[in-house]
Amino acid sequence: MEQLKGRIIYRGKAEGEALVTSMPISFYGGVDPNTGVILEKGHELEGQRVKDKILVFPQGKGSTVGSYTLYRMKKNNTAPAAMINKETETIVAVGAIISEIPFVDKIDLSKIKKGDTVKVENENVIIL
Amino acid sequence: MELTKQEKAMLDGKEGYAVKKSMEILVALGDIFGAEKLIDVGSVQVAGVSYHNLGDAGLDFLNSLAEDGRVKVLTTLNPAGMDLENWQQLGISPEFAEKQNLVIDAFTRMGILVSCTCTPYLIGNVPLYGEHIAWSESSAVTFANSVLGARTNREGGPSALAAAFVGKTPCYGLHLDENRVPDINVQVNAELSRLSDWGALGYAIGKKAENKIPYISGIKKATLDELKSFGASLVTYGAKPLFYIKDITPGAELQQQPKETVTIEKTDLDDAYNKINDQVDEIDFVCVGCPHCSIKEVAEIADLIRGKKVTSGTELWVATSRTTKQLADKHGYTAIIEAAGGKFACDTCMAVAPLKGRFKALATTSAKGCFYSRQNLMKTKMGSMKECVDAAVTGKWNN
Repeated sequence: MEQLKGRIIYRGKAEGEALVTSMPISFYGGVDPNTGVILEKGHELEGQRVKDKILVFPQGKGSTVGSYTLYRMKKNNTAPAAMINKETETIVAVGAIISEIPFVDKIDLSKIKKGDTVKVENENVIIL
Repeated sequence: MELTKQEKAMLDGKEGYAVKKSMEILVALGDIFGAEKLIDVGSVQVAGVSYHNLGDAGLDFLNSLAEDGRVKVLTTLNPAGMDLENWQQLGISPEFAEKQNLVIDAFTRMGILVSCTCTPYLIGNVPLYGEHIAWSESSAVTFANSVLGARTNREGGPSALAAAFVGKTPCYGLHLDENRVPDINVQVNAELSRLSDWGALGYAIGKKAENKIPYISGIKKATLDELKSFGASLVTYGAKPLFYIKDITPGAELQQQPKETVTIEKTDLDDAYNKINDQVDEIDFVCVGCPHCSIKEVAEIADLIRGKKVTSGTELWVATSRTTKQLADKHGYTAIIEAAGGKFACDTCMAVAPLKGRFKALATTSAKGCFYSRQNLMKTKMGSMKECVDAAVTGKWNN
């Protein structure tokens, strides 16, 4: 078990399987809000579902409409259980806040491997 | 970030859900970008209005905020996905119109002016020099920062709304003197003779000054319409939403010319035209007004098209604010343009209307318009107002 400490963007608790990428994610256009499947061509996570996962990625990118895509995913029950970023930016930060998805950044992402069971508790990230 | 007692109360929900959510957004952004405090804003411009971009999720979110959210400062709205009155004539489906109207209803309940324009500074939302504002819509942000000398970051839809409900924004980025210093000196040696040359210039500088603030020399004069078009292109193609033009824009005299220098020659403008223009002869869509046409531009179109006819199979749209069109109605410009078969597209524009697949090839004066129309799978041609009107009349682009 390893415990990491980051910065709270949206406070909350969640536990789940880690889905990890070193590539930024564009939620608008890059993720299907109805299924939670990553659509972006050539993305490391193309074809994978983010639903109920602890989604680990460096930061967001693309259109500011991406904030609303996260909100839509939450309403559709396709959103990740929590998100972890290296250094977040406004699109995903605002998306997490309006959708109330637990969200931490300033975490060393290299510590988390795909498939790890990860618990997010406010600023704490615990790898079980 | 330091919060006052009143701000803490807002964050704790004392002023209701919308204000609480807004404070959560503003505090998070303030912390992410290292702001020390919130500052009062004089006005807000809210983008994210087209149902095409919002979808049902965005609409749900807006409705949840509209329950108890009321704006505290002058707040204007970006273009919607359709002309709110004339949508049928522009080929918008009734299903889309119904949803778009629900979006507009939500904004209206919040106390936002349904201005539906990307040029709020032409219709009464005019910030003063040095005034802090929270605007979204990159072209308006660039105009406000550069031509008016107001101060705003490039907000997204939700963060602009949040600023409107709280009346404040976190103080970071372009609100601070130290972040408004130009990074790169741009010497313009090319002549600018038509409106689209300013779009080409924005493209050329945007590419050379990616994510930088340009300080531009060598331009002797500029009009409001030219600067409006230039700023929209500059920020679309890569620069920060702030520029200085020596002896033209306010505050340029307070800045030192940066050491790093690039030049813009005629070949750079030619190259911009080559990148923006596709190989295409037949034009089925002519759209002028990205950013929205000023009354002067509407008058110019009326003058060029008087007594002519838009050819069958081609549409001509004049995108402008409803406020500007009312003036055009009064002065007979509308009658001239409509008699020629042109259509007004008020409240909307080619960047946010649901146009994917409807047209094959666009002619426009706007470099920004070309960028967004490519996403709608159109070929694009950029040229002068006269070249665009000619294309509407003949259905062809004459090189």
